[in-house]
Amino acid sequence: MSIEVRKVTKRFGSFTALDDVSLEIPDGSLTAVLGPSGSGKSTLLRIVAGLERPDAGEVLLSGEDATRLAPQRRNVGFVFQHYAAFKHMTVRDNVAFALTIRKRPKEEIRERVDELLELVQLAAFADRYPSRLSGGQRQRMALARALAAKPRVLLLDEPFGALDARVRAELRDWLRRLHEEVHVTTVFVTHDQEEAMEVADRVAVFDHGRLEQVGAPAELYDSPASEFVLRFVGDAVHLGPRLVRPHEIVLRRWPSDGAVEVEIERIAVLGADARIDLAEGGGERLTARVRREELEDLELACGEIVWASASARDAEADQALR
Amino acid sequence: MSVPRRLGLRAVALGYLFVILLAPLAMVFYRTFQDGLAPVWQTLSDPDTIHAFEVTLIATAIAVPLNTVFGVLCGLAIVRRRFRGKGLLNAFIDLPLAVSPVVIGLCLYLLYAPRGGWFGSWLSEHGFQVLFALPAIVLATIFVSVPFVAREVIPTLRELGNEQEQAAATLGAARWQRFWRITLPSIRWAVVYGVVLTTARCLGEYGAVAVVSGRIEGSTETATTRVEDLTLTFDTTGAYAVSLVLATIAVLVLVAMTVIRPREENA
Repeated sequence: MSIEVRKVTKRFGSFTALDDVSLEIPDGSLTAVLGPSGSGKSTLLRIVAGLERPDAGEVLLSGEDATRLAPQRRNVGFVFQHYAAFKHMTVRDNVAFALTIRKRPKEEIRERVDELLELVQLAAFADRYPSRLSGGQRQRMALARALAAKPRVLLLDEPFGALDARVRAELRDWLRRLHEEVHVTTVFVTHDQEEAMEVADRVAVFDHGRLEQVGAPAELYDSPASEFVLRFVGDAVHLGPRLVRPHEIVLRRWPSDGAVEVEIERIAVLGADARIDLAEGGGERLTARVRREELEDLELACGEIVWASASARDAEADQALR
Repeated sequence: MSVPRRLGLRAVALGYLFVILLAPLAMVFYRTFQDGLAPVWQTLSDPDTIHAFEVTLIATAIAVPLNTVFGVLCGLAIVRRRFRGKGLLNAFIDLPLAVSPVVIGLCLYLLYAPRGGWFGSWLSEHGFQVLFALPAIVLATIFVSVPFVAREVIPTLRELGNEQEQAAATLGAARWQRFWRITLPSIRWAVVYGVVLTTARCLGEYGAVAVVSGRIEGSTETATTRVEDLTLTFDTTGAYAVSLVLATIAVLVLVAMTVIRPREENA
């Protein structure tokens, strides 16, 4: 099911959480809503779910106006950062909740719940209470619960934010695979650009309640629409007056047009790449990433003076930004 | 902490409890059975005593459900809603704890006096007698036991947050389904605890009831006022016997609370 957000504005007191935001999410896509905290990304998700009412604008689900629809009538699955597990219910009852509410036959509920518990690998924990599950298990339970009534949309609000790094990576892969299997339109909110780029096929970048850019991960990285996107998606460093990606820095032993004179402070070899810490004449530091072969060809060493410039493609992109 | 100091602290705590709580209870127990079982039975089977207990139980049976529903609704309103006068409501809930029951009784007296009372004049014109009758006893009991359920429920609701209810909403639960299936089960031990405290308070109420009930033997006497009347008529054994029944109920309430507490921690 497609989601369309039209000119939505939401204020909390004097704080503008969303400022005239329009965004279309195509049917079956896996979209990440990316931004720093306070950028309005969670508010957008909560408005789509009906947990918040926008002050202005509309929300369309499958092309129908859902702006005033109560959350229980939207048939969306929602996963909270802190799981929102029903603590007084077993894992089985948690997952069955949406079906119990809909008064489905007992047999059907049991079958569906078994199937979902299998899917999230919690079949062995069906009779436990959430307090006896780990964070990762609780979040998988919450996912199964959200999927139980076959929602038209799956919305995840920083779903992996409260988990440790290893579990987070596991669940990311798992979400990706789940989406390939189930194919429900999925939107997840994150402040982690790596997570967004890795999992999603489309990324919408937010800042200060505004939609900065939306597109495929590679698109955002290669042609950022604003300096904010450039900084937020992938690394960016200042080279002289310009902002460039570390891997776009080219080092030469002789000066050229627009090149900046730098001193090599440190070289760290990281597998196929090397990270080179540089200092400009004025004392500003920056980091470049170069291929190992390049490093060896140039025979660079600490303390040497070289000239750094950005690769040509980036110079064009940089012009486009201005 | 050193061993002697720890033992010293324990001795002080237990000694205090003994002098303040246990000694009087033990005394009541001893005095009641001092002359054997017969006088005790005589008092407890006296129709006026039985009636006094009935009045107390009726007042409790009306006040507890009312204040439970009111307490839960009040808790929900104070924690979840924003409205004008919320601070005032929050403060007023504690009023019965802050004001002496005798003063509460006096207020009810003035309000319901058949002559000159704000409500009393109108009610007596229409043939209702509130003062010196069961309605006044019930009103006084309700008044003094208002805060307990709300005071137990409010912190639990705060801690609970509303995420679980929002999750239930996205899963298709309407407002009343969210209340019965999520909110109420989540705060159930706080409600039970509040009900236990409310019941104890209702059974033991004396001050306000003493003022408004009229204390007519076999009619508007409650268990607590009965104790005083028996004392005044030098039937000390009878007074002790009624006290003992009230104390026993209080002990049962205490036991109920200790049974509930560990379950709450496991939940």
